[in-house]
Amino acid sequence: MSMSPESRRVLRTAVAVGLATAAYGISFGALSVAAGLSVAQTCVMSLFLFSGGSQFAVVGILASGGLAAGPAAIASSTFLGLRNGIYGMRMAPIVGPNRWRRVAAAHLTIDESTAVALNQEAPRAQRLGFWATGIAVYVGWNLTTLLGALIGNALPNVSSLGLDAVAAAAFVGLLWPRLKQLQAAVVAAAAAVIATVLIPFAPPGVPVLVASLAAVLVGLTNILHRPSGIAQPDDSSAPGEIPGLPADKDTQ
Amino acid sequence: MSLWAVVLIASGASFVVKYSGYLIPQRVLEVPLVSRLANLLTVALLAGLVAVQTLASGSAIQLDARIPAVLVAIGLFALRVPFIVVVLVAGIVAALLRNFGVMS
Repeated sequence: MSMSPESRRVLRTAVAVGLATAAYGISFGALSVAAGLSVAQTCVMSLFLFSGGSQFAVVGILASGGLAAGPAAIASSTFLGLRNGIYGMRMAPIVGPNRWRRVAAAHLTIDESTAVALNQEAPRAQRLGFWATGIAVYVGWNLTTLLGALIGNALPNVSSLGLDAVAAAAFVGLLWPRLKQLQAAVVAAAAAVIATVLIPFAPPGVPVLVASLAAVLVGLTNILHRPSGIAQPDDSSAPGEIPGLPADKDTQ
Repeated sequence: MSLWAVVLIASGASFVVKYSGYLIPQRVLEVPLVSRLANLLTVALLAGLVAVQTLASGSAIQLDARIPAVLVAIGLFALRVPFIVVVLVAGIVAALLRNFGVMS
């Protein structure tokens, strides 16, 4: 049985996205070990938490606040992951009703798998895009997490001089593709100011949590939302730009 | 709370959130507020993390080599340089500034 050209195209995209994401895994693994987590703890996070932004958040907050910031790290990670719940709602009809398939799909429900699925037209291609991308990213992310953790373990002194800057730059990279709309950019600026002002007054981890109030305020009032004549102007339940994914019809 | 507890609780919570998306009726998606909040929450938390990771040292604000490194990173992301290259360059910028005693 040969594969249709469409399936082949979807699989190629899945692999490209998997490779692009895998590159993040190295920096996550190295940062996690530098933050004091063991190689095993680092790998367990990529295996079971499996959501890049949340994993970077746990590591960043533990690095600055230590174990005392544990609850704040868990809370930030979970709030950052709420968008995966939204993606799950969109993926449910694509994945189908089988319960165990849904459990597996839920675990693979992240920005990348959702974006590739939503980029396809035909239901078959959507399903293939979701699963192929989820699996490609999962395999790549976990392999490079281990690699990064081992590298971080082997060269702790060489890398420690710039690792805090690496973590900051990683958050910039996760944030950058989400700033296209004015509303999001304003929320980002407000959140950064709130977090900065609170640094001297709140325990580590808490300034970031309080900064999320900027999202709640702007989200509830929906101020600064720019309506547009084009269909689907503000599909905020779709993930942003994904590395490795070619620019597509409906994001332009 | 041990490090293992943080890792396992955060992992469990991540799965619960993901799976609950498959149980919640699709109608909820039609309430624009829900997806808007989840989207903006992600933006706010990431922006807060950028600020804290760049400026905080424990519970104090410390201006050091992280600032030029992050500015370089912003410039490179704007030029669409790949993630792994940008974070590497940011790390190298900070390490060089510190190594040559230009900044702490």
